[in-house]
Amino acid sequence: MGLLTNLKDSISRAASTLFSEEDPKRIGIYGPPNAGKTTLANRIARDWTGDAVGPESHVPHETRRARRKENVEIERDGKKVTIDIVDTPGVTTKVDYTEFLEHDMEKDDAVRRSREATEGVAEAMHWLREDVDGVIYVLDSATDPFTQVNTMLIGIIESQDLPVLILANKIDLEESSVQRIRNAYPQHETIPLSALEGDNMDEVYDKIAEYFG
Amino acid sequence: MAEVKDPDDGVQIDLISGERMDGLASMEKIRMILDGVRDGNIVILEEGLSPDEESRLIEVTMTEISPDEFNGIEIETYPKSQTADASILDRLMGKQSTQKLTVIGPANQIETLHKDETLISALVSRK
Ligand SMILES: Nc1nc2c(ncn2[C@@H]2O[C@H](COP(=O)(O)OP(=O)(O)O)[C@@H](O)[C@H]2O)c(=O)[nH]1
Ligand SMILES: [Mg+2]
Repeated sequence: MGLLTNLKDSISRAASTLFSEEDPKRIGIYGPPNAGKTTLANRIARDWTGDAVGPESHVPHETRRARRKENVEIERDGKKVTIDIVDTPGVTTKVDYTEFLEHDMEKDDAVRRSREATEGVAEAMHWLREDVDGVIYVLDSATDPFTQVNTMLIGIIESQDLPVLILANKIDLEESSVQRIRNAYPQHETIPLSALEGDNMDEVYDKIAEYFG
Repeated sequence: MAEVKDPDDGVQIDLISGERMDGLASMEKIRMILDGVRDGNIVILEEGLSPDEESRLIEVTMTEISPDEFNGIEIETYPKSQTADASILDRLMGKQSTQKLTVIGPANQIETLHKDETLISALVSRK
């Protein structure tokens, strides 16, 4: 009897790895520096795996290399979607090391940090062309979304035909305007949230399951 | 590009026609733009770059940034017209939907003052 149940168990396990569990989709978290990408990545990782992805900071370019959290299983309506989340550095077309000096840093450190930042952005652009299956684009809803980098990046994402979800972060701030983001990118669905406070995360997970499941 | 004069004289502007760009491979376009910008020139493209070329331009720019020498670029184009249908049609017809005048300059010399769907206003300073 025991043998039979064991056999049954292992067959169904093999079957489930063969058929139902596809390779996890690799979801890149993109957006300008300071939008809250790492805060969001950490919240998703903590909610579903128990640990974090990397440090959050008000100093721009804290995330200098793409960081990955693999096999994040998100459960929605009894269904499971498995994703790998990739937290990327904020995309920019310029990096000036002297800006780091304003954050109480020595020149050596600032230069090293800016070099790492440029490598990280280059890597993130490369990932976007080659290695991601979907994109979460995070914007700070308290700032103007209508920047060249945002328009360019969203154009690049669209040209790759990747599914993209726009998240309007920091709705806890008074200056927040989700409508401004909806107006700037009406061709995409925009979901409001506060990654810091955890507001509206249920809808965020529903949409992640819907878009990337 | 044309013979470069003493940069103290002023700021050189290169206006590059769509026709000239058409004959170039993506990496040649990117090289031409970055060589110009690294010499302190403002490069204006009549027809802009494709999204894929923009993505490569960012990537190559990042690899060339170096302290006290090159801080990267400032790039401005008019926003893409927001009719999603039209761009899908363009794509189906194999046409790039990004044929929009594009201005690229050294990040430490160009500052965007104003931008909307129909106007880009920038301040250019000497080195
Ligand atoms: N008020 C508010 N602050 C946030 C929110 N999400 C992130 N932040 C803050 O914004 C700053 C940048 O966050 P971080 O996640 O490092 O941004 P990243 O550069 O996009 O990775 C940090 O000081 C965060 O605490 C939010 O929902 N509300
Ligand atoms: Mg970060």
